[in-house]
Amino acid sequence: MSSGNYNLHKAEFNTTLDLKKLKPYGDTMNDGKMQISFTLPVPDDEKGIEAAKLIARKMGLDDPNVAYHAPLDKGFTFYVVYGGIVHTVDYTSIHVIVVEEDTMDMTTVNDYIRENIGRKIIVVGASTGTDAHTVGIDAILNRKGFAGHYGLERYEMFESYNLGSQVPNDEFIRKAVELNADVLLVSQTVTQRDIHIQNLTELIELLEAEGLREKFIIVCGGARLGHELAKELGFDAGFGPGKFAEDVATFAATEMVKRNNAAS
Amino acid sequence: MQSKLNLNQTLVDKARKSARRVAKDTQLFIDQHTTVTVERAVCRLLGIDGVDSVDVPLPNVVVDHLMDKELLPMGAAFHVGNTMAETGLSPQQIAESIAKGELDISRLQIHDGVSIDKVIAPVVEAAVERIRGNVRQRNVYLKEYGDKQGPYIYVIVATGNIYEDITQARAAVRQGADVIAVIRTTGQSLLDYVPYGATTEGFGGTYATQENFRLMRAALDEVGAEEKRYIRLCNYCSGLCMPEIAAMGAFERLDMMLNDALYGILFRDINMQRTIIDQYFSRVINSFAEVIINTGEDNYLTTADAVEEAHTVLASQFLNEQFALMAGLREEQQGLGHAFEIDPEVEDGFLMELAQAQMAREIFPKAPLKYMPPTKFITGNIFCAHVQDALFNMVTVLTGQKVHLLGMLTEAVHTPFMSDRALAIENARYIERTMRHLGEELEFKSGGRIEKRANEVLGSAAQLLGEIEDLGLFATLEKGVFADIKRPRDGGRGLKGVVRKADGYRNPFIDCMKGGVAE
Repeated sequence: MSSGNYNLHKAEFNTTLDLKKLKPYGDTMNDGKMQISFTLPVPDDEKGIEAAKLIARKMGLDDPNVAYHAPLDKGFTFYVVYGGIVHTVDYTSIHVIVVEEDTMDMTTVNDYIRENIGRKIIVVGASTGTDAHTVGIDAILNRKGFAGHYGLERYEMFESYNLGSQVPNDEFIRKAVELNADVLLVSQTVTQRDIHIQNLTELIELLEAEGLREKFIIVCGGARLGHELAKELGFDAGFGPGKFAEDVATFAATEMVKRNNAAS
Repeated sequence: MQSKLNLNQTLVDKARKSARRVAKDTQLFIDQHTTVTVERAVCRLLGIDGVDSVDVPLPNVVVDHLMDKELLPMGAAFHVGNTMAETGLSPQQIAESIAKGELDISRLQIHDGVSIDKVIAPVVEAAVERIRGNVRQRNVYLKEYGDKQGPYIYVIVATGNIYEDITQARAAVRQGADVIAVIRTTGQSLLDYVPYGATTEGFGGTYATQENFRLMRAALDEVGAEEKRYIRLCNYCSGLCMPEIAAMGAFERLDMMLNDALYGILFRDINMQRTIIDQYFSRVINSFAEVIINTGEDNYLTTADAVEEAHTVLASQFLNEQFALMAGLREEQQGLGHAFEIDPEVEDGFLMELAQAQMAREIFPKAPLKYMPPTKFITGNIFCAHVQDALFNMVTVLTGQKVHLLGMLTEAVHTPFMSDRALAIENARYIERTMRHLGEELEFKSGGRIEKRANEVLGSAAQLLGEIEDLGLFATLEKGVFADIKRPRDGGRGLKGVVRKADGYRNPFIDCMKGGVAE
């Protein structure tokens, strides 16, 4: 352990929070303390430790401390490094796009649909492309739902179809047309090499090519998806971790009402 | 073994009996049918390998040809044998001639069954002997190094590139892994063929090809020799090519195979008729090659609730046991699956996990149970995940689970980095060492929570199996009993590849492999 970092630096940084120059917080405002861990493809020796420090410095970590290093194999070493980052960000200038609906619970959203739409909303969901994981789509659609949040199958005013996993995009569209869907839900769990991006893009392209893009409200979700990325890819909304069936239901219902109003 | 749970043995017997009935009834259906991949596996065992000019595997070329000419009901062995008798060509030459369009099997004169059996016998024997040789080789290693006592530390590699997988696997072995599983690329289970050659491009995993098997086997033997341990290699004998992968694995000395039709039906939407037939032949091959199979019950709990649906896992284990026995797989080869998947928010969840694992241990005393780590409630909080994995490791050690698939702190973030695996192995080895004999010291309170929970789950499983016994397996799957997923009997993928056998059908490998341990 190298010791006394904070003593050395105490005088150097202003401990007032400045949101224009935001830094990580360890135990003192603006100390910038971070932990990182990584593996280098070199043997575990003094030279390797120095290399790890240099990597950390280049990342902007001031006075890096290699807290732990251990060989993983001949020529591979694991490092845990702590340091104070020199970079800051301007928090006040950050703009994030989020789905800006106040989420309604199951009863409220059912009532809302009854009053404003007057019929069930038809939802067709699938984990598309080669993705074999149903965990995401099941969390939103299955009756039981996830983490105590019931899925859309339990919602009176939704008629939902779960097509399961590994559904090709063209089959998904065909089924959506056949079922006269209002809302398409696409789940993507596998994200290695950005395969989800290719697959999501393909869906939108196919819909556009068939002149069907405007017919549906199209929503995607997954552990590595958010609203901003979804919008960028041409979806109407995206739901990442921590979002549940009621979030999707609220968005679908209000968006449908919005579109109906615009059309009338 | 003294029961720690005071399990109701009458219920255990009743459940097992129901499962046996279900398996027997299903076997009647299996015995009347064959499939395209069963016949391609026969082709592979007859020595047909390689691809044609547009990369179609030759076993597919032959079986597609037989399908086109409506000859498949007699089986590939019959027609390859007949062609050998008629032309004097080897199976490989026959396949190559069909690929070039030079040979139409349907135009050949049909020889009688006895002469076909006679001409094909030496080819069958050569394949069987090659597999026997692999079993002998494995036993030589195990004799020389001894086998691991306690749980086998099982980790996955999943880079998509077989050469990178080898780098990762070597490191894992040096860190203490006993089993290396090469995860398959996403989507391979739905291919109705097995790709050919060494591969370097996959998504979330690496293609299962015979060449990739061979490369990894050689690498594990090499690092195993340095470490003086026999390192087991595992792959996926599931999806639309179950028996073909089993054949390839038998040829390349794989030691473990994920091998579960129920998993394919529920989670890959593979047609139930197709895959239950495929499973049978794949398990016959696995039994002969002394492979330990892993079943996929753990996956039920990724969609269904681990507290409420625990009995479906046990019911499925009973079914898998009986289907395995039906194919000649000994209990010692049955890596029946289950998982540590109770929501961390549930009070006394750990007690329920302990009850479930101990119950499985006592009901299937000889089975090398495959125990899966938490995944559903791993959130990306790597620090909490490491704690969850530690609790899982404790249950593994306390209840004597055998195939110990390590959880990764970065589950739900990415396929494991080399360092993730090292941390997981360190965690598991620490717990295995420090708690080694704690299980022997522990007894559960009579009439206490753990005993009660285990008996409740057993009771529900026995009842469910009684219902399945009345319904039959296919109707049960249609009702959505497992994992909350419903599958239609004629739905899903691969039904087109199912063919009713004709009189005179033959598969010589079932006769000489079933129930016979290779050595």
